[in-house]
Amino acid sequence: MTDVWILIAVVGLATVLFKAAGPVFLGTRALPPRIQSVVELLAPVMLTALVVTQTVGGDGELSIDARIPGVALAAVAVWRRAPLVVAMAIAAVVTALVRLVA
Amino acid sequence: MSVEPRSPRIRDGVRAALPLAAGPLLFGLSFGVLADAAGMGAVAATVMSATTFAGSAQFGAVTVLDAGGTLIAAIMAAVFLNARYAAISVTVASIFPGGRARRLVESQLIVDESWALSGRSGRFEWPILVGSGLLLYVLWVGSTALGTVLGDAVGDPNGLGLDAAFAALFLALLAPYLRGRRAFQAAALAAVITLVLTPVAPAGVPIVAAAVACLLGLKR
Repeated sequence: MTDVWILIAVVGLATVLFKAAGPVFLGTRALPPRIQSVVELLAPVMLTALVVTQTVGGDGELSIDARIPGVALAAVAVWRRAPLVVAMAIAAVVTALVRLVA
Repeated sequence: MSVEPRSPRIRDGVRAALPLAAGPLLFGLSFGVLADAAGMGAVAATVMSATTFAGSAQFGAVTVLDAGGTLIAAIMAAVFLNARYAAISVTVASIFPGGRARRLVESQLIVDESWALSGRSGRFEWPILVGSGLLLYVLWVGSTALGTVLGDAVGDPNGLGLDAAFAALFLALLAPYLRGRRAFQAAALAAVITLVLTPVAPAGVPIVAAAVACLLGLKR
């Protein structure tokens, strides 16, 4: 339980500092371009890692299961510019149905 | 005689965010449900939404914890995910009025959506950012609290395919970034790192290790 509150405190503080970085600490100065291009890649990189673990991650192993068809169809929906909620619903319903029949 | 376009007010920002309201609402509900399933506790989940106010990082951290990852891995995943706000906040640094204390408070309303809305006219507008950020904040915190309550009723979220829904959520957040060539390469490298490490490293570590892929940004 203590772990959860440490997580909340550290992540919360870090986020406050990140969001304040521009308006409070930097003003109108810009980040060095090379640092900027590394920072810009952080979000896509971390989101990719989350997609992978959430799709094929198991208990210390890769697990190929009902999530694959669900996420694959959701990927098609995202590619066709469906709203976020629709993509999530497709993934959930397809995966639940495959689990039901498997 | 030309009519000067009136400058936007905070209520214009609130109105601008209304069409997006369903997103954070359902996103917050699902965060509440997931946090509850991960054993985080209703109060902690709601406090986290109120103090961090950044959906993907909150999901990232709780996903790592839920998978049995360590506290450090969960913190690092969330901090890496939110580091983009340093870059985002720099782009709107000059639009915040007032002293440092006021700018510190108002800058917390920067989220992906409020930032994107505030720049829709071609230049960043403070009232739009603050107005839309306020609406999104209220929806986010409120729906998280509601989600933790509903979580008990939902039971095992994976039975409903919610694990796949979260994968789809991350995918949808990722999609807009992939138009850039460099971002696409970095994402591909991150996918490989995560796949290779998942069977051999403790939960959460593959996600943190994947962060090295952003060093591709140093390449000219």
